[in-house]
Amino acid sequence: MNNLRDWYRKGEPWVWLNAGAVAINIVMVVGLLGLIAVRGLGHYWPHAVVDGIYTHPDGSEQRIVGEISDEEWVPASRLRESGAEVPEGQDVVQRILVKTGNRDLTGQDFRWLIADELRNASEPEAVMVIERREWGNYYGYLKQVKEQGTVVASGDTALTELQTRLERALALHEQIRGIETGAIGTINYELEELRLRERSLSLKGALDANAQRELAEERAGLDARYNALHAQLNELYAQIKRDSLVAENMAGVETDIPLERVVQFYQPNAMSLPVKIGFYFHQFWGFLSDEPREANTEGGVFPAIFGTVLMVLLMSIIVTPFGVVAAVYLREYAKQGAMTRIIRIAVNNLAGVPSIVYGVFGLGFFVYFMGGSIDSLFYPEASPAPVFGTPGLMWASITLSLLTLPVVIVATEEGLTRIPKSIREGSLALGATKFETLWKVILPMSSPAMMTGLILAIARAAGEVAPLMLVGVVKLAPTLPLDGNFPFLHLERKFMHLGFHIYDVGFQSPNVEAARPLVYATAFLLVAVIVVLNLSAILIRNRLRERYRELEN
Amino acid sequence: MTEPTMKLGQGETMTAAENPTRTHAMTKAVKPAGGGTRSLANEEICIDVQDFKLFYGEKRALHGINMKIPKKRVTSFIGPSGCGKSTLLRSFNRMNDLVDICRVEGTILFEKANIFDRGVDVTDLRRRVGMVFQKPNPFPKTIYENVAYGLRIQGINKKRVLDERVEWALKGAAIWEEVKDRLNDNALGLSGGQQQRLVIARTIAVEPEVLLLDEPCSALDPISTLKVEELINELKERYTIVIVTHNMQQAARVSDYTAFMYLGDLIEYKDTDTLFTNPSEKKTEDYITGRYG
Repeated sequence: MNNLRDWYRKGEPWVWLNAGAVAINIVMVVGLLGLIAVRGLGHYWPHAVVDGIYTHPDGSEQRIVGEISDEEWVPASRLRESGAEVPEGQDVVQRILVKTGNRDLTGQDFRWLIADELRNASEPEAVMVIERREWGNYYGYLKQVKEQGTVVASGDTALTELQTRLERALALHEQIRGIETGAIGTINYELEELRLRERSLSLKGALDANAQRELAEERAGLDARYNALHAQLNELYAQIKRDSLVAENMAGVETDIPLERVVQFYQPNAMSLPVKIGFYFHQFWGFLSDEPREANTEGGVFPAIFGTVLMVLLMSIIVTPFGVVAAVYLREYAKQGAMTRIIRIAVNNLAGVPSIVYGVFGLGFFVYFMGGSIDSLFYPEASPAPVFGTPGLMWASITLSLLTLPVVIVATEEGLTRIPKSIREGSLALGATKFETLWKVILPMSSPAMMTGLILAIARAAGEVAPLMLVGVVKLAPTLPLDGNFPFLHLERKFMHLGFHIYDVGFQSPNVEAARPLVYATAFLLVAVIVVLNLSAILIRNRLRERYRELEN
Repeated sequence: MTEPTMKLGQGETMTAAENPTRTHAMTKAVKPAGGGTRSLANEEICIDVQDFKLFYGEKRALHGINMKIPKKRVTSFIGPSGCGKSTLLRSFNRMNDLVDICRVEGTILFEKANIFDRGVDVTDLRRRVGMVFQKPNPFPKTIYENVAYGLRIQGINKKRVLDERVEWALKGAAIWEEVKDRLNDNALGLSGGQQQRLVIARTIAVEPEVLLLDEPCSALDPISTLKVEELINELKERYTIVIVTHNMQQAARVSDYTAFMYLGDLIEYKDTDTLFTNPSEKKTEDYITGRYG
């Protein structure tokens, strides 16, 4: 009895409670990250492809070729209700999710099968996965390789022939894309500029014969360049259409697949472990560096990563000076009293406003009002098409700066308060003015606190989705906001964002099963991007801290 | 406060070793400049305080102080905590301006000009009347930049000039030998005593006429205290020095004149020898014999 009381009085339960809370937190964080990482990153591992005979509930048999991407145990009663025959005495049944691909032929990518009904399952080495630009993966057996419709290789030699011909097709595809997005993109951009110039001249009434001739000359030059490129493109298109492959799917149907539509092919059952590992990283790199295809359910997320990072950087550049200046005024210059107290309360409450409210405000004030005004003042020639009067990167960054401003102000103020009075007095006593003291001593010393504010701001901004949907993020942006056309950084453009990408792929996608691993992978990537951004900010802060180590004693 | 020797507690050897030097410093300091007894009447006056009152809000902290601080002498202010000696000291370079609720009446003439006059440039006053604080407060910059700070504020940016002045100031504060090889190290890496001498160097770098020392040794160990006291003795050849101290021995060792303050009043102010050996006021006697404070 006494022991228990002693135990209690010493505060042991308290210690256990605290330790328990910490442990639960750690388990939750690690568990969350682990789940996302495993489910997301596992997606790129080349799974084995099975080939077997499946008996449907109605007794009919079908050959199934596909990769097993998930499995689960379901109660037998549920299956019986849906008409499946499950032997008596069996309570749970294993179901497998098989990705059979060939969406263009069968209409569905995935199918749930009862594991026990799949018989004679084997993993033949010859089975091939063909990743296409459209219609998802193709699962089947390679039969022939054709050139201009005539067979050039079949059987064993087909594989090596396909390899060399696919490499050629990929090189051509790369070239075509380079011309389409690079050179032709630039020409289109310049043509648009030209059109705007003409419009602006005619609005000013300065479109005389001289100007018209100049414009026409320039346009003729661009048209000539375009025509040359177009001819080149046609040539390339003709070349890339040359080859095709013939493959047989699980229904025994032979399909002709043009090589221009093939991204890559592989035979997962024939791969050794090191090859699989290499292939895994190749796939993952593709996820990081490619552009999305097929309504974002295939391909990579590079534009989204780029958009997220660029938006956060712009936000940081905007929010830091504003927050710091505001905090300096509040702490150093404003007369402390009822007014400053009210302002502080307002600032703190601003941090608690739901982010979607900022989104609505951003859309109404920044996009429509300010953007509209900018358009009518500086871009009359572009009307009725808006330039800044439509959601875009700049408005998204500014809206998020507004959202994170309170954090920076509060952190900076705290940093300013922590600077010992003796340091200020030391500087003033040497004949420095208040401004000199602030600029040369106080601000450098409180820079770590500013960085802390920025870190918190980044953490909040990078994960925000709701306001961005209103002020600039789109499902698919045709161009990056940064490119080779002057002025290089196009702040008015719409952009992609990892957070929105998760939402889009997960909940707006027509192909739920295909999208699920992508949701996890994208979520993992978003966390990773935020961690990287934060770590770099923390690194800078630690350096500053080292330099402006606070006074000891 | 307590005697610095009591604070140390680092073993007997330290206390034993310092005692002889301490006596030496005392003999050196107490010796009057011109032989015979000092008298304020014979001194050239640097700061003249006339009926000076200071209020914190409604509360009066100083009740009409009148005193003349002599040029190129060391004057010390002693008295129990809260008696207003630091407040008076901080009035000399108008550091009290930084306190919002602070209000003053009366005049303080520095070189015959009232420092509270409207046209007075406070930053210039503070350059001419330098101040060293209780706790060493070097900036988190390099040793060199700390000393160069005040010079840069004045717009001196030529490397050659700065180098010269920094070296001169560090030598003047008797710290040059200790730091000359690491001028680009962070000043916060120095010991407390070195930091305090660095702060003194920083102050004299801008060539002030007066040095105000606000309990400069209260955060230092006895050896550092000794070094700072020796430095004060050297500096008084060139500067008018006013020092606030809680330590009566220190006042006796370093100062030529001593003022005893009590509850916002100047009780007694005369040459140090007389004040300590033959105080005319009862309160002074009680204080220096340790009956209160």
